[in-house]
Amino acid sequence: MSKLMEWVDARFPATKMWNEHLAEYYAPKNFNFWYFFGSLALVVLVIQIVSGIFLTMHYKPDGAMAFASVEYIMRDVPYGWLIRYIHSTGATALFAVVYLHMFRGLIYGSYKNPRELIWLFGMFIYLALMAEAFMGYLLPWGQMSYWGAQVIISLFSAIPVIGDDLTLWIRGDFVISDATLNRFFALHVIALPFVLVFLVIAHILALHEVGSNNPDGVEIKKNKDENGIPRDGIPFHPYYSVKDIVGVVVFLFFFATIVFYFPDGGGYFLEHANFIASDPLKTPEHIAPVWYFTPFYAILRAVPDKLMGVGAMGAAILVLFFLPWIDRCKVKSIRYRSTLYKANIAMLVISFVVLGWLAMQAVTETITLLSQVFSILYFAFFVVLYFTSKNEKTKPVPDRVT
Amino acid sequence: MSTDTVDVARRRFLVNSTTVVGAVGVGFVCVPFLASWMPSERAKNAGAPIEADISKLEEGRMMTVEWQSKPVWIVRRSEKTLADLETLTESLRDPNSEVVDQQPEYAQNAARSRKAEILVLVGICTHLGCSPTYRPELAPVDLGSDWLGGFFCPCHSSKFDMAGRVYQNVPAPTNLVVPPHYYVTDTTILVGQDGEAA
Amino acid sequence: MKKLVITLLCVLLPTIAVADIKVDYDSHGQMISQEAPIDIFDRGSVKRGAKHFIDYCVSCHSAKFMRFNRIAKDTGMSDAELRDSLIFTRDAKGKPTKTGDLIVVAMTDEYAIQAFGTRVPDLSLTARARGADWMYTYLRTFYVDPYRPTGMNNAQFADVAMPHVLQSLQGTQKAVYVTEEHDGVTVEHLDRLEMIQPGSMSEKEYDAFVTDLVNFMVYLAEPVQVERVNMGWKVLLFIMIFFVFAYMLKKEYWRDVH
Repeated sequence: MSKLMEWVDARFPATKMWNEHLAEYYAPKNFNFWYFFGSLALVVLVIQIVSGIFLTMHYKPDGAMAFASVEYIMRDVPYGWLIRYIHSTGATALFAVVYLHMFRGLIYGSYKNPRELIWLFGMFIYLALMAEAFMGYLLPWGQMSYWGAQVIISLFSAIPVIGDDLTLWIRGDFVISDATLNRFFALHVIALPFVLVFLVIAHILALHEVGSNNPDGVEIKKNKDENGIPRDGIPFHPYYSVKDIVGVVVFLFFFATIVFYFPDGGGYFLEHANFIASDPLKTPEHIAPVWYFTPFYAILRAVPDKLMGVGAMGAAILVLFFLPWIDRCKVKSIRYRSTLYKANIAMLVISFVVLGWLAMQAVTETITLLSQVFSILYFAFFVVLYFTSKNEKTKPVPDRVT
Repeated sequence: MSTDTVDVARRRFLVNSTTVVGAVGVGFVCVPFLASWMPSERAKNAGAPIEADISKLEEGRMMTVEWQSKPVWIVRRSEKTLADLETLTESLRDPNSEVVDQQPEYAQNAARSRKAEILVLVGICTHLGCSPTYRPELAPVDLGSDWLGGFFCPCHSSKFDMAGRVYQNVPAPTNLVVPPHYYVTDTTILVGQDGEAA
Repeated sequence: MKKLVITLLCVLLPTIAVADIKVDYDSHGQMISQEAPIDIFDRGSVKRGAKHFIDYCVSCHSAKFMRFNRIAKDTGMSDAELRDSLIFTRDAKGKPTKTGDLIVVAMTDEYAIQAFGTRVPDLSLTARARGADWMYTYLRTFYVDPYRPTGMNNAQFADVAMPHVLQSLQGTQKAVYVTEEHDGVTVEHLDRLEMIQPGSMSEKEYDAFVTDLVNFMVYLAEPVQVERVNMGWKVLLFIMIFFVFAYMLKKEYWRDVH
């Protein structure tokens, strides 16, 4: 066995990579609950890729056959229903896990120097995921697929001068059609997964270059023992690999519960109207995006002007990219930051959740007013953060992790 | 961090047992994915038993029906053809149909059929899957003077007699397959099912 | 005194007019569907519903994603029983429909548009699109409306093009309206449906009939439901067992750290 590894190592850095990224990658020993979601995101991505590959074996990306082929998978293909539910639940799970992962980065300041690039790669992953989810959502070719895509693609028409030509080009037809379905299929199953995998690798390489942050926001590399190993670090493998397995098992319990008992999530994961085949002549009564897009959709709806609405929605996502430079506080972890900061974070969470709920409600005057209020609160987080973080009253940060 | 008081045996046991349970889990997960490659209900329906009306089939003639997207031949053999079958034993690989997978039990007889004169065969060569041609004529130029009628595969020159039995010294290893079938009426065969009860 | 009489009337009236179907509205003015008392695990009910579905619905509606033999398999019918009770059609070539065929209808969209002014929707997924309660309410709330081409309207699905196919069973209902004043505007809305001509079934029998039919349609929309739920607990049990091992393994290694 060791002879074989020697032979391989002379030709490929297998042992070197194993050590650098697992056996001799020293992670802070004080990771808490929030640190499960990074490895979970990777697990769900793999689930999505595997189940997705098997779905493409039966799915037909053709305007005349797509809807029927999904029902064919649900009824005629052995275990097709299970693979489909795994994939549809996986989409929800991936966003849930990624949102929690991002929130972890937010409260422990994991985006700060020297980890700005990790955060940026992560944001690009999030952006690619949104595109991936949106294009995947067209494929069942039901009413919500169709009209959801219609609405989202029409957002581009808000762009001055080129808007209308741009939407025409994206659709490849005067309405969403077979041409649109076919190109979205190609992007969903080949192009974007490639981009995602590449970005995930970049995200992890960047992380392993500078080392992981932790709930105390202490740099463990500043305190090394005589062998050059951080005193507060433990090898990722076996300690965090066995710990993450526990996290994965617990996650799988919730995941399987949804797959087997609530696959349509009460109409939030698989929407009722999407069980009606797409019909270009009839819009469903109530269009709302899938839950993971709703906060941004609420911001879009809150602005009474088309271009401004699209702009506000774009800004809501774009502003996250600049978080490392908006937050000017030297202290990383929420544990040692001011009460004002904690209140500010609470406001962000509340406004994000409330916006998500608002987008699912039918539009009334009250709903629109509330959407406007909470949109402002959402942006207010970043403004307040920028102006208060520089001279924030922070608590003393310990030298070692607690 | 200290690794001084490690119970190595316990640790090894837990690693092994968790690995085994995990591997069993991965095995379970593989089942639906592998099973999804099996024929779907649509394919099964397309391959469902098919009725063939043989009332207009003349002696010496062959008709073809499609079952599971494969050609199924039905031949009405003459008394002479049936008599000739017995003379071939020496030159055949499996004259008594001893390879059980190649025919249902009720066709494991001299004529390889339910009714002696009616032969039902899957028209796929047991060598590499070509469909042989029906050559009922006696002693044609290309097949030699001792040819008593049968099937000839153009791909690799395998030869079969009028009961679908394979000759010696040809690439095909076994006799042609007799599909499950039964007589719904005297003139109607249901190909793909062994009988009412099955 | 007057108030008391009105209160009494309000309380007693529903009990006197037993067969009436009361129509309630939510805050958006949408009619509230009645709850369908279905049980997807009741195979007998699904099986009876399948028969009703084939008898009354499939002459116009298809269920083009469903195969006949799937119903037989899931409700425990033999092939012979399936042929006797559910399959009455022949295919385009005149051959008898195979047991594994999809449930399609001969009626073309063009014909349907001529006859009803609209395409006849496929029913395979209606339960997932509309919900069981909607269908249950819909099938019980047809009422006479001389202004409609079919002479019937529906409380759940206003101005529906479909005739009341089950009228001979349920009987004929008429709509009773009430007027209310909202912010100074008088509005009239449907209050309840009154039976004016009983059908061949009693109210109880008809409701049971509709329940079976809706139950079947819920099954039809996702035939794998029962199998899915039965498989689910086994998977969860396995995950729990795996958790015990994984957790003990983690504990063992982390003794080094703590």
